[in-house]
Amino acid sequence: MTLDKLLIIAAALFCCGLYTVMTRRSAVAVLMGVELILNATNINFVAFSFFLARVMGGQIFAVFVIVLAAAEAAVALAIFLRMFATTGTVEVDAADEMKG
Amino acid sequence: MIRYAYIIPLLPLASFFINLAVGKRLPRKGDWLSLATILAGLVMSIGIFLEVFGAYDPNFKYHVVTPWLTVGDRFTLNVGVLVDNVTAVMLLVVTGVSTLVHLFSIGYMHGDPRYNRFFAYLSIFSFSMLGLVLAESFFFIYVFWELVGLSSYLLIGFWFEKKSAADACKKAFIANRVGDFGFLIGTLIIFATCGGVLGYDQVFQAIGEGKLSGTLLTIAGIGIFCGAIGKSAQFPLHVWLPDAMEGPTPVSALIHAATMVAAGVYLVGRVYPIFTPDAFLFIAYIGFITLFIAATIALTQNDIKKVLAYSTISQLGFMIMGLGVGGFTAGLAHLTTHAAFKACLFLGSGSIIHAVHSQDLREMGALRKKMPITFVTFLIATLAIAGVPGFSGFFSKDMILAAALEFGMRNPQHYILFFGALFTAGMTAFYMFRLVIMAFFGEAKDHHKYDHAHESPPNMWVPLVVLAILSFSFWFKSPFVEKGWFQTLITKPATVANIAKAPAVPASMEHAAVMAPATEAGSAASHGTSAPAGTPQEARPVVHGESQEGASHGEPATAGAHAGAAEHDAHIAHTAHAYAMYSSVAIGTLGIFLAFVVYSFGWIDPARVANSVKPLYNFLLNKWYFDELYDKTVIGGSISFAKFLAWFDLTVVDGLVNLVAQLGVFASFLVGKFDNYVVDGAVNGLASATIGSGSVLRRLQTGKLYHYVFVLAGGALVIFLIKAF
Repeated sequence: MTLDKLLIIAAALFCCGLYTVMTRRSAVAVLMGVELILNATNINFVAFSFFLARVMGGQIFAVFVIVLAAAEAAVALAIFLRMFATTGTVEVDAADEMKG
Repeated sequence: MIRYAYIIPLLPLASFFINLAVGKRLPRKGDWLSLATILAGLVMSIGIFLEVFGAYDPNFKYHVVTPWLTVGDRFTLNVGVLVDNVTAVMLLVVTGVSTLVHLFSIGYMHGDPRYNRFFAYLSIFSFSMLGLVLAESFFFIYVFWELVGLSSYLLIGFWFEKKSAADACKKAFIANRVGDFGFLIGTLIIFATCGGVLGYDQVFQAIGEGKLSGTLLTIAGIGIFCGAIGKSAQFPLHVWLPDAMEGPTPVSALIHAATMVAAGVYLVGRVYPIFTPDAFLFIAYIGFITLFIAATIALTQNDIKKVLAYSTISQLGFMIMGLGVGGFTAGLAHLTTHAAFKACLFLGSGSIIHAVHSQDLREMGALRKKMPITFVTFLIATLAIAGVPGFSGFFSKDMILAAALEFGMRNPQHYILFFGALFTAGMTAFYMFRLVIMAFFGEAKDHHKYDHAHESPPNMWVPLVVLAILSFSFWFKSPFVEKGWFQTLITKPATVANIAKAPAVPASMEHAAVMAPATEAGSAASHGTSAPAGTPQEARPVVHGESQEGASHGEPATAGAHAGAAEHDAHIAHTAHAYAMYSSVAIGTLGIFLAFVVYSFGWIDPARVANSVKPLYNFLLNKWYFDELYDKTVIGGSISFAKFLAWFDLTVVDGLVNLVAQLGVFASFLVGKFDNYVVDGAVNGLASATIGSGSVLRRLQTGKLYHYVFVLAGGALVIFLIKAF
C-alpha cells in the first residue's frame, strides 16, 4: 500500500462525490455527495500525514473534518426541513428564487 | 443782555416744537406761546439795541465763538454769535415786525383749521431769521438761509388745498434753490481758497492777506450775491415773489415784504468787504434792472397784493442797487425803513381783504369811510414808500439816489443808474397812489362788498398803527441834524478785496479817468514815501466811496494826499445829496399828482391811455412775459430734457439691460443643453451601462446548484492546470 494508491482512491472518491453533487437533484443526495468529497480529503490528510510528515497532525485534522461534517449535516438537514416547509420539495432546482 | 443774544432765536424754536407737538391741545391752540416767545425776543432785542446804542460806536462789535466741530487739525467749524450795529438793528426789525405780525395773525387766521400749525410755522421762521441775523460764519448763514427758505415754502403753501398755493410754494422753493446754488459755489470757493475758514472775520482776514483775489474773488462775490438774487427776488429770479402772495397775508407781510426777502440785502451788507468793483457793478445793475422792471409791472396790476409784491421787488432792487453803488448805509437804511412801511402796507391790505373778501382793486373804492384806521395807516405807509419828506422812505430812498448819483458823477458811463432809479421813484409814487385812490377814494364799485366792509378788530389795527408810527423819518434822523444815528452807527466796512493782484484793473482805470488830479497826487505821495502797497488799497474806497470814509481808511503814508481827495469826495457827495433830494422830491410829487389826475380827477382816462399803447400795456400786464418765457425756455427745456432722458432710459439703458438679459438667456440655454446632453448623458450612460452589464451578468446567476458546482470544479481544474504546467 503506497501513497500513490491512496491518493488515487481519494481522487476517485472525490470525483464520485463531485459527480453526485453535480448531477443529483435531491438536496439530500447532494449532501451525501458533499460527504464523499469530505471523506476524500480525509483520506488525503491521513495518507500525507502517515507517509510524509510522520506526525499525528493529519489524523487529528481528519477527526475535525468528521466532526465538522456531522455539524454540517445537521445544519444542512435543518435547512432542508425549512426548505420543504416553504416550497414543498427538497429539489435544489426549486431553490432558485435569487437567481439573476 | 448782549451776552444772552443766542437765546433770542432759541425761544421761537422751542415754541415751534411745542406748538407742532401739542399745539392743538393747548388753550387757544398755542398762539400765545408763539407770541410770548417772539415778544420776549423783541424785549431782549430792544435791550441789546439800547446797549449798542448806548455805546454809540460805529465799530461796536460783540463776537463770541466756540469750536463746534473739529476735523483733524485742519478745519474747525465754529458756532458763535456776532452782534454789531447792523445786527442790532436787524434784530429789532425782525422781532418787531414778527411780533406785530403774530398779533395781527391772531385776528386774521381766526378759525383756520390749522391755526396751531400756522403759529408753529411762524415760530420756525422767526427762529431761522434770527439765526441768520446772528450767524457769524458763511456756514451758519447758509444753514439758516435754507431754513428761512423752508419756512417760506411751508407758509406760502399753508393753504395747500388750493392748487395755486401749492404751485406757488414749489415755485418759490425752486427759484430759491437756483440762487442758493450760486451762494453755495461762492462759499465753497472761499472755503477752498482761504484755508478752510468760514467765519466772516477769518475770511475777511484771509482775503486781505491776498489768498483770494482777482477774477476768482469776483466770481465768489457774484456767487454769494446769487443767493441774494434768489431770496431777495432780484431779476431774473424775481418771478416767485408775486406768486408767493398765495400765502396768508400776514405771511406776505412778514416773510415776503419785511424780513426774509431783505435777508439777501442783509447778506450783501454782511459780506460787503469781499466784493470787488466788478462784483459791485454786477450787483448795482441787477438791482437797477429789478427795480425798473418790477415798478413798470406794478403800474398795471389790479390785484392789491400783486401791486404790493411788485413794489416790494422794486424796493428790494433799490436796496441792492444802493449797496452796489457803494451806498452801504443807504441800502441797509432802506431795508429798515422798508420793513416797517411795507409790513404796514401788507397788513393794511390784509385788513382790507379781511373786510371785503376780495383782492381785486376794481371791486373796492371809498373804503376810507368804512375803515378809517386802516386808511390813515395805509396812507402814511404809502407816503413813506413814495418818498415824501418827513416819512422814513424819503430818508432812505434819498440816500440811495444820492449814492447812485455820486456813483454816476464819478463814473459818467453809469449815470443811467441814477436817472433810471429816479424815474422809478416817480413810478413808485404813481402806482402806490393809484392803489390808494382805487381802494379808498372815489365811489364804491361793488356795493354788496362795500356794505359788508367793516373796520378790523383792535388786534389787527394796533400793529398797523405801530408800524405807521414807525414810518416817520424822525425815528432815524432828526430833521435838525445833518447825520442821524443810523448814518453814524451803520458805516461802510473797509474793503478787503485787494485788487492790486487782479490782472485787469478797470476800477483804477475809471478812477484815473474821472479823478486824475487826486490819483496822481496819491500815487506820487506813496512813491515818495516808499509805501508801494498804498495805491491799490486806496483805489477802491475812492471809486465806490461814501465820502466820509475816504480819509479814514487810507494808508497813513498817503494820508496827506488823501485829504485832498477826501475833500473832493465830500464835495461830490454833498452835491449828489442835494441834487438827489430835490429831484426825488420833485419826481415823487409829480408821480402823486399824476395818480390823482388819472384816477381821482378823471382828467385822463386810464383805459384810453392803456388802449393807445395797447402792446406796451399788455406787455406790462403780463409781467414782461417772464413766466411765459421761463415756461417756454427753462421749464419747457427741462421737460424736453427729461423726455429725452426718459427716451434714453427706455431705449439705450433698458436696451443694454435687455441685451444683457438676452445674452444671459442664451448662455443659460447653452449651459442647459450641455447639462442635458453631456452631464446627464454621462450619468445616464453610466446607469444604462450598469443596467446593461447587470442584465448580461445576471444570466450567470442561474440558481441551479450544479451550475455553480460545475464552475467551481472547472475553476479548480483550470487553477490546477495552470499550476501543473
